[in-house]
Amino acid sequence: MNLKAKIEAKDLNFYYGDKQALKKINLIAPKNKVTALIGPSGCGKSTFIRTLNRMNDVILGTRVEGEVFLDGENIYSPKVDVVELRKRVGMVFQKPNPFPKSIFDNIAYGLRINGMKRKKNIEEIVEKSLKEAALWDEVKDRLGENAFALSGGQQQRLCIARSLAVEPDVILFDEPCSAIDPIATAKIEDLIQILKKNYTVLIVTHNMQQAARVSDFTAFLMLGELIEYGETGKIFTNPENKLTEDYITGRFG
Amino acid sequence: MNKKKFIEFLGFFSLRICVYLVLAVILLFVYDIGSKGVGSINWEFLSQAPRKGMTEGGIFPAIIGTFLVTIVTAILAVPLGMFAAIYLNEYAKQTKLTRIIRLSIRNLSGVPSIVYGLFGVILFVNILKFGTSVLSAGLTLGLLTLPWTITASEEALKTIPNSYREGALALGATKWQAIRTNVLPYALPGMLTGTVLGLARAAGETAPIMFTGAAFYLPMLPKSLADQFMALPYHLYVMATQHHAISQVRPLAYGTALVLIILILLMNLAVFILRFRLRRVIKD
Repeated sequence: MNLKAKIEAKDLNFYYGDKQALKKINLIAPKNKVTALIGPSGCGKSTFIRTLNRMNDVILGTRVEGEVFLDGENIYSPKVDVVELRKRVGMVFQKPNPFPKSIFDNIAYGLRINGMKRKKNIEEIVEKSLKEAALWDEVKDRLGENAFALSGGQQQRLCIARSLAVEPDVILFDEPCSAIDPIATAKIEDLIQILKKNYTVLIVTHNMQQAARVSDFTAFLMLGELIEYGETGKIFTNPENKLTEDYITGRFG
Repeated sequence: MNKKKFIEFLGFFSLRICVYLVLAVILLFVYDIGSKGVGSINWEFLSQAPRKGMTEGGIFPAIIGTFLVTIVTAILAVPLGMFAAIYLNEYAKQTKLTRIIRLSIRNLSGVPSIVYGLFGVILFVNILKFGTSVLSAGLTLGLLTLPWTITASEEALKTIPNSYREGALALGATKWQAIRTNVLPYALPGMLTGTVLGLARAAGETAPIMFTGAAFYLPMLPKSLADQFMALPYHLYVMATQHHAISQVRPLAYGTALVLIILILLMNLAVFILRFRLRRVIKD
């Protein structure tokens, strides 16, 4: 691959207690590309994506082995500040999780906890983020309303805008469309295409068509192992591994 | 009516009867105390000290005493209880030790209040030499309230979805920032409710203050935390069982009971309003 690696996992093992959830994963997510992770339930794709912003750290009894490089720096090195890492690697969760605050305050949350005080700066970034998440036109007249008043799809775009506001380099999507309807899903897929110009995107999805539509590279995981990884076009038309073929043709999963 | 529907009817009917029974008991109780006590309540009763061997006069010192001792209780139990709950629910690893600690706290809330009273005598009155005083009694009641405030606060924290915590962390919040800005504000109404219910219970306790500071009769109000005091529940106990002319002072006892119930009701009402306000602030 002639691309610049943004994220690189090297021999990554992950354990929940005694149970090994990831087995020697080696994977490169290139800069400004969309990398999709597919595989049957419980294959470790969500676990994998959560190792990239060390979100698994908060789950008790878990353990990581191996390395994950972000711009060549191992994020599991003791020198790394997890808080700084999570600012650089944003995350959008499976279920839209707006905070019970106004639309404005949801976006401003990340700015405020990171110490931004000037109202004018905050307002500028809130507007910029909402525009980037293609939500501005729908909410610009009601920024003071509670975020729960938005539809599910809007809530998810709000959460995307919220993570964009802290200016990450990488955005992780953990099945972002599994709780929203097809039209809202289409909007988020379009959005991901635009986002990759400025960000590196990784997306976990259950939906193979979605992976085919949005991603440049696809990784197929099964039972914690990376079975096959390559350009999306190749994985979906000419997979090398029999298991991959069986999965994408719908023989199991 | 077919059998299925009849069984359903029977089920709901018995549930409804249970609710009515409970309501009836409460209403009867309130009516009994209200009707017998209301006659004694007037401005003099609320603003004067007892006179003539407590056969006349009012309960002002007891109201003030209960008020003061409850403040001491709150100062100990509210912050300590809330912080302990935050630690247990948000920070502590879920190990065997924390499970034992949690279980012990639950069990402490079932310990009879007289045991707390004896403990208070030993610790606060004798060892720490606070004497029989507002301070000793308040601290004893504080210990009694702690398990309640911890448990209630922990339950309130548990109702906050994990996605609030994770969402904040994912934006680069530290754990404390996530808790302070995205968990506590939403848990606070629930935490306060449980806490004030605990305080209300403490305000009505007799046994823990009996040996630690409450006095049978005092001609004056406590001047400092080191003084003894009169308290409503203890005064009621005295008037109902220890007085030399029990039947003569019976109306005063009922009046005292009514005042105590109203005070506790007011405390609960205050929380109710506070909760309502907090909820609105959060929504806006």
